[in-house]
Amino acid sequence: MPMETPESTPDHASAPVNRSLSPEQKRRFLSDMLRIRRFEQAALKQYSGGKMGGFLHLYIGQESVAIGTVSLMGPNDHVITAYRDHGHALAVGMGMNECMAELFGKATGCSKGKGGSMHYFAPDKNYWGGHGIVAGQTPLGLGLAYGLKYKGLKGAALCFMGDGAVNQGCFYESLNLASLWSLPVIYIIENNHYSMGTSLNRSSAFKSCLAERAEGFAIDWDLCNGEDIYTVRAKTQEAIERAHQNSRPTVLEIETYRYYGHSVADAKHKVYRSEEEIERYKQNHDPIQRWKKQLLGEGVLTEAQYDEIDIAAQQEAEASVQFAESSPLPSEASILEDVYYEVDHGTAAGTTGRHFFNN
Amino acid sequence: MPLITYREALRHALSEEIQRDENVVILGEEVAEYDGAYKVTEGLWKKFGDKRVVDTPISEAAFIGMGIGASMLGLRPVMELMFWSFATVAWDQIVNNAGFVRYMSGGLINCPIVIRGPANGGTNVGATHSHTPENMLANIPGLKVVCPATAYDAKGLMKTAIRDNDPVMFMENTLLYGEKWEVPDEEYLIPLGVADLKREGSDVSLIAHGRAALTCLKAAEILAAEHGIQADVLDLRSIRPLDEEAILRTVRKTHRAVLVEENKPFCGVDAQISSILMEKAFDELDAPVLRVSAIDAPAFYSPKIEVKQLPRPEDIVPKVLSLFS
Ligand SMILES: Cc1ncc(C[n+]2csc(CCOP(=O)(O)OP(=O)(O)O)c2C)c(N)n1
Ligand SMILES: [Mg+2]
Repeated sequence: MPMETPESTPDHASAPVNRSLSPEQKRRFLSDMLRIRRFEQAALKQYSGGKMGGFLHLYIGQESVAIGTVSLMGPNDHVITAYRDHGHALAVGMGMNECMAELFGKATGCSKGKGGSMHYFAPDKNYWGGHGIVAGQTPLGLGLAYGLKYKGLKGAALCFMGDGAVNQGCFYESLNLASLWSLPVIYIIENNHYSMGTSLNRSSAFKSCLAERAEGFAIDWDLCNGEDIYTVRAKTQEAIERAHQNSRPTVLEIETYRYYGHSVADAKHKVYRSEEEIERYKQNHDPIQRWKKQLLGEGVLTEAQYDEIDIAAQQEAEASVQFAESSPLPSEASILEDVYYEVDHGTAAGTTGRHFFNN
Repeated sequence: MPLITYREALRHALSEEIQRDENVVILGEEVAEYDGAYKVTEGLWKKFGDKRVVDTPISEAAFIGMGIGASMLGLRPVMELMFWSFATVAWDQIVNNAGFVRYMSGGLINCPIVIRGPANGGTNVGATHSHTPENMLANIPGLKVVCPATAYDAKGLMKTAIRDNDPVMFMENTLLYGEKWEVPDEEYLIPLGVADLKREGSDVSLIAHGRAALTCLKAAEILAAEHGIQADVLDLRSIRPLDEEAILRTVRKTHRAVLVEENKPFCGVDAQISSILMEKAFDELDAPVLRVSAIDAPAFYSPKIEVKQLPRPEDIVPKVLSLFS
């Protein structure tokens, strides 16, 4: 049984970064979260209908984390995450069309149908994937921070990871370098309490929380409830300022919950956790419902506006399915494209010696 | 004979060996309480308990290294990689420690471990989850590598692998887990290093391992039915040790060989076999040795494209025909 997430304290709403929000921006967050949810619900339906292959890891239940954190990004802030990547992708501004088409394995997908659900990328939006190997992105996040510092840019690398990923060695090697060399990386542990079918307590040894492990590296860390956007933004802003002002790393653990199985193929997700637990989160900790209530209470949202936003999200998701459905498949010849830059560009390096070995 | 799945065959082998030898312990992610990501270990934790079937955190380098270390004291860890693709995270432990501890200790230490899990493409999980590292691991003297194609072979080879006193890299296939074959109830072992002639012919030798051996059987049926060509299909089963005699035997009989693998071509297993044929069967060959491998790029996600990346019967048949024109 996972621990109950701590209630957010009201003063996060009055944090400077939240106080300055306009009603439009607040409604925008609602729309952004609903877009993730509706996109993934549409994807799930298509997956079940046999329109895609491989794995589909849904982010539903965790939307406030991606939206809250990414909403603070400036031009030199970057994002990298693991395979549960649709939420972050839409948050940074990737379109539903290219994301859905990728799931369908179409040429119009964000990775031309080559990467699939786990491997979305959009460098033009400072979004560096989409990584399938657990914790494999953690040294890359460090590298983004190194690159920023090297170039003298005031930025941060937001590196998302799961609660299961904290047990990979490369994460600790990265923490050491981050602190030793003062690199502006923010490790955001999205603690949804499970790594596949393994609960937090069965996978990880810790004192009070996972982020506290940063203590041994002299890295600032924090823990917060992820269901409330104000809280997420307030805590993330502290980390971003630390990165921008002092070029120091942070480990920020954000408690959250996934409603679906680890992937759609996870048939046992109501065995290793109870149906009641899932219901409790849906009823009492849903980030979208909570934000809706918050905005209704603030008088910046009406029920009618909510419905309008939701319907727009559903329509956009539906349109992305149509787009994906009607898009062309990648060509067979494209299998051998995008392997080597030099070959793709026909440079001297790409045309010297043999690069591919089928006869 | 009972028909059982490849997955069940593996499970039976694990279960029998856990019962036979108190030093056998199963380690891996989700192998116990969750019953295995691909259900190979289903029911084993219930049956044998926490001591013999152990869930690990996502720490491949640590738990594989741990198994190697424990094997030095006589344990026989059987470690599951949810995908062989994740071996990259534990590469140092597998190559430097499991592979070389015996040599570097001048034979004082040995490493009786099994690392097992699926190693295949074809399931649209993208490049990071579709590795076929049998050639890379067979490149390490000290490691053994097996790639069973059927439930019968999987069970017999697994039992042998667990009893073997060297580290055995055991590569399964998610596309085969649900397939059924006849497997006897009685105990049997299949030695490592013995290939299996899965079909007898006289005109050409199709040599393969893992799922590619089954693809060759399908190609052989087409060749027989539509072209009157009878193919020997030799399933290597074990990559290292390799049944060189069986390879030479079939080629001496048919004088033509097409080598098929789901791995990439560069320095693939078939490159080694090709070299053996050049060195030891050159005068027997009536035609050049040809190869059919995966298309030489990282695994493509798109389901409709990825199927074309791996060898299909229709890729093998024209290759064979070209030897006769
Ligand atoms: C190195 C490696 N080992 C195992 C896996 C298989 N795997 C994928 S996700 C996962 C669980 C990760 O859980 P967590 O980090 O908590 O992230 P969440 O899925 O909850 O978002 C596992 C075991 C993998 N992809 N990479
Ligand atoms: Mg998790």
